Amino acid sequence: MTPSPSVLTGSSRHTFRLAVPPVSGVLRPRLVAVCVTLAVGAFLVFCWGVAIGDYPVDLADVMKALAGSGDPGTLLVVRELRLPRAMVGLLAGVAFALSGALFQTMTRNPLASPDMIGIIEGAGTAVVAGIVLGWDGGLSTQALGLLGALATALLVYLLAWRRGTTGYRIVLVGIGVAWMCTSATDFLMARGGRFQAQAALGWLVGNLNGRDWAQVGPLAVTMAALVPAALLLGRWMRTLQLGDDLATGLGTPVQRVRLALLLVGVGLIAFATAAAGPVAFVALAAPQIAQRLAGTAWPPLVASGLTGALVVLSADLIARTLIPGTELPVGIVTGVLGAPVLLWLLIRANRAGSGG
Amino acid sequence: MTRDKGLRPVFLAAVLAALLVVLCLLSIALGALNIPLDQVVRALFGHPESTRVENVIWSVRIPRTALGLAAGAALGLSGALMQALTRNPLADPGVLGVSAGASFAIVLSVAVLGVGSVLGYIWFAFAGALVASVLVYLLGGLGRSGQTPVKLALAGVAVTSLVTSLTSAIALTDPDALNRYRFWNAGSLADRDGGVVLQVLPFLIVGAVLALSSAPALNSLALGDDVAASLGRRLGLVRLQGVAAVTLLTGGAVVAIGPVVFVGLVVPHVARVLAQQAGIGPDHRWLLPLSAVLAPCLVLTADVIGRLVVRPSEIQAGVLVAFIGAPFFIALVRRRRLAEV
Amino acid sequence: MSTTSPDLRASGLRLAYDDRLIVDDLDLAVPPGRVTAIVGANACGKSTLLRALARLLTPRGGAVRLDGRALQSVPTRELAQRLGILPQSPVAPEGLTVIDLVSRGRSPHQTWWRQWSEADERAVAGALAATGLTGLADRLVDELSGGQRQRAWIAMAVAQGTEVLLLDEPTTYLDLAHQIDVLDLVADLNRRENRTVVMVLHDLNQACRYADHVVAMKSGRIVAEGAPADVITAQSVEEVFDLRCQVMRDPVSGTPLVIPMGRHHDGAAQETADGGAEVRAGR
Repeated sequence: MTPSPSVLTGSSRHTFRLAVPPVSGVLRPRLVAVCVTLAVGAFLVFCWGVAIGDYPVDLADVMKALAGSGDPGTLLVVRELRLPRAMVGLLAGVAFALSGALFQTMTRNPLASPDMIGIIEGAGTAVVAGIVLGWDGGLSTQALGLLGALATALLVYLLAWRRGTTGYRIVLVGIGVAWMCTSATDFLMARGGRFQAQAALGWLVGNLNGRDWAQVGPLAVTMAALVPAALLLGRWMRTLQLGDDLATGLGTPVQRVRLALLLVGVGLIAFATAAAGPVAFVALAAPQIAQRLAGTAWPPLVASGLTGALVVLSADLIARTLIPGTELPVGIVTGVLGAPVLLWLLIRANRAGSGG
Repeated sequence: MTRDKGLRPVFLAAVLAALLVVLCLLSIALGALNIPLDQVVRALFGHPESTRVENVIWSVRIPRTALGLAAGAALGLSGALMQALTRNPLADPGVLGVSAGASFAIVLSVAVLGVGSVLGYIWFAFAGALVASVLVYLLGGLGRSGQTPVKLALAGVAVTSLVTSLTSAIALTDPDALNRYRFWNAGSLADRDGGVVLQVLPFLIVGAVLALSSAPALNSLALGDDVAASLGRRLGLVRLQGVAAVTLLTGGAVVAIGPVVFVGLVVPHVARVLAQQAGIGPDHRWLLPLSAVLAPCLVLTADVIGRLVVRPSEIQAGVLVAFIGAPFFIALVRRRRLAEV
Repeated sequence: MSTTSPDLRASGLRLAYDDRLIVDDLDLAVPPGRVTAIVGANACGKSTLLRALARLLTPRGGAVRLDGRALQSVPTRELAQRLGILPQSPVAPEGLTVIDLVSRGRSPHQTWWRQWSEADERAVAGALAATGLTGLADRLVDELSGGQRQRAWIAMAVAQGTEVLLLDEPTTYLDLAHQIDVLDLVADLNRRENRTVVMVLHDLNQACRYADHVVAMKSGRIVAEGAPADVITAQSVEEVFDLRCQVMRDPVSGTPLVIPMGRHHDGAAQETADGGAEVRAGR
C-alpha cells in the first residue's frame, strides 16, 4: 500500500539517508545552490573590499595575504588595516541577518525585525549619552553600545512579561520602548555641541570606518557560540511556524524555545550593533531576500546569514567608492537601499495575491 | 449609564476649556523668567510691567503657546482620525511614520533644494506625509490576515526607519543642516522662523474642518466596512477625506513643532474615557473636538515642565511627551488583547 | 496499527482562563479505540476541555491522566508521540507544500541529526495515501480547496502516528460534501488503525452518525454521555441547547436525527410525503 519513495521526492526536495553515521535529512537543491552562490559572492566582495583603498592591492595578492604569504608591506596593509574592517562587516552582516531571521520566524511576521523593538535604539541612547554627557564610565563606545542594547532588551522583556510572553506583545512593547529611547537620543543630540552631534550621528547610522581588531574580537567570540545555537534551534522553528498550539502538540517546548530564540537573537544583534553601530535594514531585509531566493516558506538560516554578509560588504563597497574622496557610512547605503526592498516586498506580496 | 450620572457633556466641555485657558496662562507665565500671573494678565491687556516682560511675553511666550495650541490640536485630531480610519487603537501620526515622512520632506527641501520659506516647504511636508501614509497603509496590509494593529505599527517603524536613514544621509553630508535640524527634530515649541503659527494656521483650519465634518461617517466606519457601506457611506470618499485631513494636520504640525510622537495616540484614548464618563459613548462628533482640546493641554503641560526642570536650558516638549506617552502606550498594550500577529 | 489501549481520563478537572472559570470538577474517561464527540452550545467549555486533554491548558485543579500518569509529568516529546491535536482553523505559512506540512508531523520522532528516517518516510507516505493526497504532495497548501487543506492537516496529524487524535471542530468552514469527506476519513482512521479519536463537533447529527460515544456539555459540566441513541433525546437537546426538537431515527445511518422546532415550524400536523414518518401534532 505504500507508494514508492520516488513519489515523495519532488523537484524541490531530495532526501538522503546514511547508515554510518546514522544521519538522514531533507536536501533542497535550490537552497544549497543559493547558499553556495552567496558564499562565493560574499567571499569575492570581501576580498574586493580589502583590495581597494589608498594603497590598492591586487585581488590575487589579497588572497595570498589572507593565507599569510606575500610581501610584508602588503601583509601589513591587508591584515592590520583592511582585514578588521572587512571582518566586522562580514560578521555583523551575518549576525544582523541571522537575528532578523530568528525574530521573523518567532513572531511569524516578516516585518518584525529585531532592530525595531528597542534594542538598537537603546544602544544608540547609551552611546550618544556617552558622547554628549560624558557618561561613559571609561568604557569604549562598543561596550556602551552593548550595555545599552542588553539593558533595553531586558527592559522590553520585563515590560512585555505577563504570565509568559507572546510574540506580538514583545514587538509592541519594544516599539514603545524604541520611541522612548529615540526621543532621549533626540534630546541629547539637541543638547550637545555641534561636533558632538556630528560624531554621535556618525555612529548612529551604522559605520565600519575605523573598525579594528578590538571590535572583531568580542563579536567573533560571541558568534562562535550563538550561531551554532541558532542553527540548532532551526529544527524547532519549523514547528513554531505552525502556531503555538500545534507546536506544543508536536512536542516542541514552546516557551523555552521562544526564550532561547529571544536570547540568541538579542545577543546577536546587541553584539553586532556594538561593533558596527545600527546598520539599517539588514535584519529586516536579508532574511526576506534569502527566503525569496531559496523559494522556501520560511527564512532559511544559513542563506539569511550569507545574504546579510553580502549586503553589508557590498553596501560598504558602494559607500566607500560612490563619492570619490569621502567614505560614506555603510548604514546610509543600506538605509537608502531599504526603500526599494520594501517596495519590492509589497509588489511581490500583492502579486502573489496575499496582500490583505 | 444615564445622562444623570457622572459628568454632563456641557460641564465636561466647560472644565476642559477652563483647563486649557489655565495652561495657556501658565505657559505664558513660567519659564526661564517667571512672570507672576497678575503681570501676565495686565500685559495681555496692554499694560505690561516693563519692556522686558513685554518682550518675553509677546515675542517668546505667546508664539510658543500659540504653536502648542495649534500643533497640539492638529496632532490630537490627526491621531483620533487615524485611529478611526484604521480601526487601530495604536495609530498615531508619529508611530505610523507620517510625521517622519513629513519631516524628511522638509529636510530635503530646505537642505538640498534650498527652499527658504515656510509656505515653500510646507507643501513638501504634505507630500512627505501623504507618501508615508500610503506606504505604511500598504505595508501594513501585507500577508494573509490583512491589516492588524501590530502589522501597522511595524510598518510604521519600518517606514520611519527608512526615512530617518535618508534624513541622516542629508544631515551627515551637510553639517549646517544637522545643526539646525537637531533642535527641531526633538519636537520643540521654540518659534525659530517667527510667525510660523500664522502661516501654518490656514492649512490646519482646512484640515480640521475636513476632520470634524467626517465625524458622522467615522461613526459608521467603526462598525466595519461592510456595515458602513450598507448604511450608505461612500467608503472611498470617507477615506480620501480622512487622508487629506491627516496629511494637512500632520504636515502642518510637523512644520510647526517638528515630529512629535504619541500625542495622537494618548489623547484620543483619554477622550474616549472622558466621553464614556459623560455618558456620550464613542461618538466621533464629540471625540474629535475633545481630542482637539485635550491635545494642546498635553503639549503645553509638557512644554512648561520642560522649561522648568532644567532651567535655564530646556527639555523639548516632544521629548517629554514621548516620556509620558510611551509608558501609556506600553500599559495599553499590556492590558488590551489585540489581534495576534 | 496500534495495539495498545490508551487510557486517557480527566478527574476533578478545573479549567479557567485568567479569572474566568470555564470547567469545574469534571470527570471524563475517554473510551479507547472509539470515536468520541463532544457537543454543546457555544462557550460551554468543549474546546477548553479538548485543550486540557491535549495539555495545552494547565488545569487549576484536578488532573488529566494518560495510562495513570498525570499529563504534566509526561515528557513533552513522549506525549507528542502518543497524543496528537489539530486545533481549530490552523494556519500554514505561505509557500509551504503539502509534503512539507505532513512531514512536520514527524517532528516528535526526529532528532536534529536524523531528520528523515525510514519510519518517517513510511509514515508520511502512509498518511498521504490514507488521506488521498499522494498526487498533491508537491502542491502549495494555500492553493488547495478547503476540504483538501483540512485533509492535509489531518494527514499531518496521522503522520505523527499517535494513538490518540484530538480534533477541534475539524469540519467548521467546510462545505457539506467536504465535511462528510473529513468525517469519513476520521472514521477510517479509527476503524482501520484503531486510533482513539476525540472531536469537538458543532453539528449534532454528524456527531450521532460518526461517534461511538457522545459527551454533551453545558456551562462547563457534562450533562450526559454515552451512546448517541442514549444521549441525544428531545429532552437532553432541550436542556443542553435550549432547543425544542424532535428526535427520530436517521433513515440512512440508523442513528438519532435531531429535527429542530422553532416558532415557524413547531411540528403542527401537516400532510406528509408518501412513505415518510408521520409527524405528530405539536404542542
